[in-house]
Amino acid sequence: MEEKFCLNLQDALEIESKEVEPGDNFRDYDEWDSLGQLSLIAMLDDEYGVEIESDDFKKLVTVQDLINEVKKRS
Amino acid sequence: MAYLNFNNIGFRGLAAAVPSRVIDNYKYTAHFPAEDVKDVVDKVSVYERRFTDKNTTSSDLCFHAAEKLLADLEIERESIDALIFVTQTPDYKMPASAVILQDRLQLPKSTLAFDINMGCAGFIHGLSVAFSYLQQPTINRVLLLDGETRSKVYHPKDRKTAFIFGDAGVAALLDKNDAYGPSWFSINSDGSRSHLIRIDSGGYRNPSSPDTLKEKVVDEHGNIRTDENGYMNGPDVFNFLIREVPKDIKNIFEFSGQDRENIDFWVFHQANTYMNEYLAKKLKLDASKIPTSIEKFGNTSSVSIPLTMVSKLGDKLKETKKLLLSGFGVGMSWASAILQMHNCYIPEIIEVPVE
Repeated sequence: MEEKFCLNLQDALEIESKEVEPGDNFRDYDEWDSLGQLSLIAMLDDEYGVEIESDDFKKLVTVQDLINEVKKRS
Repeated sequence: MAYLNFNNIGFRGLAAAVPSRVIDNYKYTAHFPAEDVKDVVDKVSVYERRFTDKNTTSSDLCFHAAEKLLADLEIERESIDALIFVTQTPDYKMPASAVILQDRLQLPKSTLAFDINMGCAGFIHGLSVAFSYLQQPTINRVLLLDGETRSKVYHPKDRKTAFIFGDAGVAALLDKNDAYGPSWFSINSDGSRSHLIRIDSGGYRNPSSPDTLKEKVVDEHGNIRTDENGYMNGPDVFNFLIREVPKDIKNIFEFSGQDRENIDFWVFHQANTYMNEYLAKKLKLDASKIPTSIEKFGNTSSVSIPLTMVSKLGDKLKETKKLLLSGFGVGMSWASAILQMHNCYIPEIIEVPVE
């Protein structure tokens, strides 16, 4: 699940320069911006049927946090 | 469950009016550095918008659109039975702007007239009400006006909304004709998400006061607005709509028994380019069947669907064409319609002079 999630996130944000890893702070990616956030939202809905509201989303820092949240909700 | 079905009711004509003042979004740099602005504009793909001036309201824009439509089609004012005005930027809190428009347009006093306070999905609400009246043997012509001056709602120092919204007004003349055939509507609401797009103050829940008019920094990004400006929680709105809108479209096809392949054009609310590209992908639609006007006029709320029909489809709607309309946003409220256009008269967009 971790590995697949990292690949999905890499695709969603169109990151080419590096491989996404669970320890990354996703807001630090050059590709992270308001549209990147929409791409992540769309990916979470498509792949996992998960919706994370902004109040909860604000608390998430790393890719691992995202993975844990998705596991909790799916 | 709000599904509706009508027969032989449709568009005789549709006209749009925009203010003459063009906002070049790359040059909308009074409050943000030019390079930041370029970044935002390239992301949202809204290159131009229209803004009214202090003295021009949404009802003024609709007035000009309606005058043009009635004159070109040589419609007798006495023959208009109802005037419905969709807006969330009315002239006054009371009376309803539709009643003022009855007089300005010199319609008879027997005209039924009222406003509908709905946003992004509002044109479809308006159509559903107009079509319902037109089922009456005594109602034969309805003028549906839809206008917004969103430039007056959002604060120029709130970058979440400062570069997206524009002003416009339309007038649709709706009547009866066997050539229109059947039409179907689906209309939905979720008030538990009313806080996602809202103007917090200035109504009767939180009345206007010196405090509600004060500019405040509202988030960690330094965005500034007052409590009487609109705000939008974009990510949560998007999250909600990408689930509900495709579902609603699936539902209306089931309800109507229509075949997706027979839809000539899919006209979506012009919320943002990303949302519409997402819908196209999710619904596996051919891009040539999805007209867009957001690059040129921005998000004009309820006006965006008919403004897209006028600016991008125009004369194509003189022929018989089947459309799917889908509006979604503030409320939350979302709605779809499948209807057929036949010999719909659409003049060039009118430019209303403003300062």
